[in-house]
Amino acid sequence: MKHWSGYVLLFWLLAALLGLLLSVSGLALPGFAQADQIDLSRLLALPDSSAWLGRDDLGRDILSRLLEGASVALSVALVVTSITLLFGTLLGLLAGYYGGWLDRLLMQVTDVFLAFPGILLAIAFAAVLGPGLLNLVMALCLTSWVGYARLTRVQALSLRQRQHVQAAESLGASVPRILLRHILPLLAAPLLVEATYGIAGLVIAEASLSFLGLGIQAPHASWGSMLRDGVRYLLVAPHYVLAVGFSLMSLVLAVNVLGDRLRDALDVRRSD
Amino acid sequence: MLKRLLGVLPVVFGVLLLTFLLVHLVPGDPVEVMLGESATQADRAGLRAALGLDQPLPVQFGHYLLHLAQGDFGRSIHSGADIAGLLAERLPATLRLALLALAIAVLIGLPLGILAALHARRWPDQLATIASLTLSAMPHFWLGPLLMLLFALWLGWLPVSGMEGRWAIVLPALTLGFGLAAILTRMTRASLLEVLHEDYVRTARAKGLPERQVILGHALRAALLPVVTVLGLQLGSLLAGAVITETIFSWDGIGRLLVESIEKRDYPVTQACVLVIALSYVLVNLLTDLVYARLDPRIRFAS
Repeated sequence: MKHWSGYVLLFWLLAALLGLLLSVSGLALPGFAQADQIDLSRLLALPDSSAWLGRDDLGRDILSRLLEGASVALSVALVVTSITLLFGTLLGLLAGYYGGWLDRLLMQVTDVFLAFPGILLAIAFAAVLGPGLLNLVMALCLTSWVGYARLTRVQALSLRQRQHVQAAESLGASVPRILLRHILPLLAAPLLVEATYGIAGLVIAEASLSFLGLGIQAPHASWGSMLRDGVRYLLVAPHYVLAVGFSLMSLVLAVNVLGDRLRDALDVRRSD
Repeated sequence: MLKRLLGVLPVVFGVLLLTFLLVHLVPGDPVEVMLGESATQADRAGLRAALGLDQPLPVQFGHYLLHLAQGDFGRSIHSGADIAGLLAERLPATLRLALLALAIAVLIGLPLGILAALHARRWPDQLATIASLTLSAMPHFWLGPLLMLLFALWLGWLPVSGMEGRWAIVLPALTLGFGLAAILTRMTRASLLEVLHEDYVRTARAKGLPERQVILGHALRAALLPVVTVLGLQLGSLLAGAVITETIFSWDGIGRLLVESIEKRDYPVTQACVLVIALSYVLVNLLTDLVYARLDPRIRFAS
């Protein structure tokens, strides 16, 4: 992975791990304040040696909060991707392989989900479920499985006709064996590419919901809620928004570029 | 064409059902959540009856559809205002914003995409690719503040937020438009590159047409067809993007109405906004398909 996107991603993975460690242990980086340590004498202070990225509207260290935000962003993205990848792929495999009413039902349901543009449906789910980390994950899970199900279904539909699958069938292989051993491995590449783009999308989605006040709640940090607070003090403390914005952008850009590289390397055709 | 029209009906029905069920997802008693703990028993019973929550679900759904068919979206719990009126008041602002954003995206994305395709793998192409990659990693809630900082606070050229004066729309429209311009650039580039290898482009060149006419008259016409589809799909997501952009710039459109209703736990308004945005999206997609069918002779003559 000798490409800048790999290094940026590695950087943020380590940052997220550090952020997770700090928030679980309640410790602080040596020489810095804890992520939720309020210092009312230094509201919106500019970057200095005690806070490399400055301080927020409650005098908290932006760098420490950025690390905590990275751990939230990446863990939400990874957890939601794992759950929806599993669930969506399973549904798509069954629908594509069996066809019939199951397939028609899946298509109808996913058509309805796709009728809601962008993250509107996730916003709607999060709005009625109420704020909080668990509800945020739930809202994102409820809306993110659709892409994987559609992708798997259409692939399984055509792979079912392949000779090696029909040979396995005539040898009396069980359905789970056919699905998992003969069809799924051929789906690994497109699913991997899709999941990479999915992670970038989820980092943005988590931040969007938190920006609207629907995600992580105070005093915990999220890039979305930090951006929302930062916009309020844009004139007096532009460093706040800039620090969070550039972090988010670098992570999303790195993941997307990695997705492009994976797609080219694995020769996956993607219908946008 | 009739088949396409009929095909939309199950989706519309599903959208109606899902938005209807949204309010029933509220953990616990929605009435409890809406009124808070200080409400009296009578208040709760009153609201429950007003919302029809004391009836079985299918009956409630029937009522919901019946009211919607009459243009009745119910009333806001918070202010008691007629929701249809609220929507009618807010929707034009969002449409103005979305249309200007679309225009910006087309004016930037198309020329940039064409330029990139004509100079494939040389510096104009690489520059356009970097620009569109970077822009697509900038969600509205980051691009918006950045533009605000640059053009309103530092340069002082444009108003920071609000809806006063004719220039107030520029920053939110740029915020919405830039992201779409990025997608459009990539689509136009890819589509034009593909077409440039077609036989009829070679024929046009072979019969001695000037390059300008080959590109504009022959290649571009065919290359723009898939781009139209993407534009249609994206017009709907502009409406979704408006939710955050309008919040940042205090633009009183339907997106901001949605966010306000969420903050006030005004579920009927939330439900109505989600429904209207989703149905507009379905409608725009349908229109795009129909326009596409008119534009593409292969589809036009096949049916």
